[in-house]
Amino acid sequence: MADANTTRAKLQIGEPGPGVKKVDPILVAHGVRRSFGGVSAVDVEHVEIPRNAITALIGPNGAGKTTFFNLLTGFDKPDTGTWELNGKSLANVPAFKVARRGMVRTFQLTKALSLLSVMENMRLGAGDQSGERILTALFSGFWRKREKEITDQALDLLTRFKLDTKKDDYAASLSGGQRKLLEMARALMSKPELVMLDEPMAGVNPALTQSLLSHILDLKKEGMTVLFVEHDMHMVQTIADWVIVMAEGKIVAEGYPDVVMRDPAVIDAYLGAHHDTDLGSLTGQLEVAKELGDSFLVNEISEEISDEASSKETTDGQ
Amino acid sequence: MDLNFIPLAFGQILSPLTVGYALAALGLAVHFGFTGLLNFGQAGFMAVGGYFFAITTVKFDWPLWASLIACVVGAILFALLLGIPTLRLRADYLSIVTIAAAEIVRYTVKTPSISNLTGGSDGINGSSRDFYRLNPLPDIRYGYGVLSYNNNEVWSMIVGWTVVIVAAVLVWQLMRSPWGRIVKGIREDEDAVRSLGKNVTWYKMQSLILGGVLAALGTVLVIIPTSLQPDNYGTQTTFFLYTIVLLGGATTVLGPIIGSIIFWVVLSLSDGILTLLVSNHLLPITSVQQGPIRFIIVGIALMLLVIFRPQGIFGKKREAHFSG
Repeated sequence: MADANTTRAKLQIGEPGPGVKKVDPILVAHGVRRSFGGVSAVDVEHVEIPRNAITALIGPNGAGKTTFFNLLTGFDKPDTGTWELNGKSLANVPAFKVARRGMVRTFQLTKALSLLSVMENMRLGAGDQSGERILTALFSGFWRKREKEITDQALDLLTRFKLDTKKDDYAASLSGGQRKLLEMARALMSKPELVMLDEPMAGVNPALTQSLLSHILDLKKEGMTVLFVEHDMHMVQTIADWVIVMAEGKIVAEGYPDVVMRDPAVIDAYLGAHHDTDLGSLTGQLEVAKELGDSFLVNEISEEISDEASSKETTDGQ
Repeated sequence: MDLNFIPLAFGQILSPLTVGYALAALGLAVHFGFTGLLNFGQAGFMAVGGYFFAITTVKFDWPLWASLIACVVGAILFALLLGIPTLRLRADYLSIVTIAAAEIVRYTVKTPSISNLTGGSDGINGSSRDFYRLNPLPDIRYGYGVLSYNNNEVWSMIVGWTVVIVAAVLVWQLMRSPWGRIVKGIREDEDAVRSLGKNVTWYKMQSLILGGVLAALGTVLVIIPTSLQPDNYGTQTTFFLYTIVLLGGATTVLGPIIGSIIFWVVLSLSDGILTLLVSNHLLPITSVQQGPIRFIIVGIALMLLVIFRPQGIFGKKREAHFSG
C-alpha cells in the first residue's frame, strides 16, 4: 500500500486550508479572476498544486472548475492573475505553448479526432516532429525515423490502455469510455509533467472506471503530477492525495481527502447529504467484473477495496 | 444535326480551363476537405493570382519568372490579409470574410479609375508573351478533326498538366506526412490539436496560403492561353469549385482533378444538348434562357451530391464531411 504512505507524506506547509503553501508546488496560481458579463466565474486568491501527487478539484456544478482549468491551460484568458509552472509564468501564454511546457489537458466532452485512426490520434500527441514543418514534411526521409519511434511509443501506450487492437480503426468507432482512454493516452504521448484531466470518469462504465483509476495511479508512479476535476466522490477518495474544493469561483477548502470529506461545511454545502453513502461503485464493479469473468479486473478491484480499507485504518490511526 | 459538340465537350478533358479549375479545386480541397476551412472566396485567390501575373507581365513588362513570383506573393498576401483577423475565430467568420473579400477584389479590378492598370471590365489580354517564347514545339497543327490545336495550345496543355501532376504529388505527400495529420486533426477538432501543443492558427494559415497559391497558379495557366476577365472570378466560380471538390471527393487528392474534368465535360455537353434541343424547338425556352439553365443544373447537382454522395467519387464513405 505504497500509495497510502505517499498520501500521508506531508504535502503542505502549515495547517491545511484554502491557499495553503505546498512543500514542493509544481503549479502556483495567484489572484486569477475571470468574470462573464459581470458574473464572477473564477476568483482564486492563491492556490498551489503539489508535485508528484494526485490532486482533485471538486465542487458543485457551476463552481468554476472547468473555467479555472481553461484559464490555467491557456484556453481562456483571465481578467487578472498570474500563474506559473515550475516557477515560469504561464500568463498570456497560448494554449499550445502551455502544452509544450509539459502541462497537458483533456476535456470534459471528449475530443477524440473521429476521422483519424486511433494510431494517428496517438501520433498527433507526440512532440518534436520535424515532419510537422511543411517543408520537411515533403521529404519522408526527414521524419521516417521519428515516425517509427512515436509509433512504437504509441503502441506501448495503447497496449497499456487496452486499445492496441483498435489502432487502425477510426476513433469514431470507439465507445465513449474508450475515447476517454484514448484521449488520456494521447495526452501522455508528449511525456508531460502535469496532466490535467477534466472529468475523466464522466460517461465511463464501471468496468472501465477501474482501469482508468489504475492508469491515473500509474501516472503518479511514473513521476507525473495529476490534477483532475471530478464529481464522483468515490473516485476522489480512492485516488486523490489532496483535494481542493471550489464553490462560486472561490477555493473554499483544501486538504487531505478524508479530512476534507468530513468537513461539515464542505459536506453540507457542496457534497450534499448523501456524501457518505457508499454508492456501491467498487463492490458493484466487483460484481460486474465477476459476471464478465475478467479475473484480472476482479483482482484489481478486490485489491482496491482492501487498499481502501487499509487507508481508512491509517486515517483512523492518526 | 450538328453533333460536333460531343467531341468538343471531350476536348475539355485537357483544356486550360480544366487545368486551372483542377488546381483551384485542389487548393480548395486543402482548405475545406483536409483542414476544414470553410473558404467561400477561392475565386478571390484566383483573381488575385491572375491579376498579379497579368499586370506585372503586360503592364510592367516583367519577365515570366518574376511575374510568377508576383502571383505567388499576391496569393500569400491575400491569405494573410484574410487569415490574420479570422483564423483565430470560429469557422463561420472565415466564410463570411472570404466571400466578401472575393467580391471586393472583383469590383476593385473593375473600377474604371484604375482601368489603365487592370483593364476594367475588359480585363487583360496578352499574358502569354514570354510563355509562348519558351515553346519548343514546331509550329504545326496537332490533333484530329474538330479537336485540332496549334503548337502554343499544346504547349499550354503540357505545362498545365505537368503543374497539376506536380501539385497533386506535393499535396498527396503533405497529407500523408505529420503535417497532414495536424491539419486533418484541426478539421476534426482544433481545440484538441491545440491541447497537444500544436500551433493551430499557424497551421490553418499555412493551409490557407497553400490552397490559395494553388488557385493563383491555376489561374495563370488559364489566362495565358485565353485572357483575364474579372467576371470569371465571381461567386459562382467558388461554387463551381465546391461542386468539383464534392464531386471528386473533398478529402482526396485525385478527386478535385478528376472532378474538374467531369465538371467541364458535362457542362460543355449539357450546353451542346440544350443548344440542339432549343434550335430544334424541342424545349419551350429561348437560347437566352439556356445559359442560366445550365447553372440551375449545377446547383441541383451540388445539392444531390451533398445529400446522396457526400464523399464524392473517390472519397471513403466514412471520411465524408457531411455524413453523421
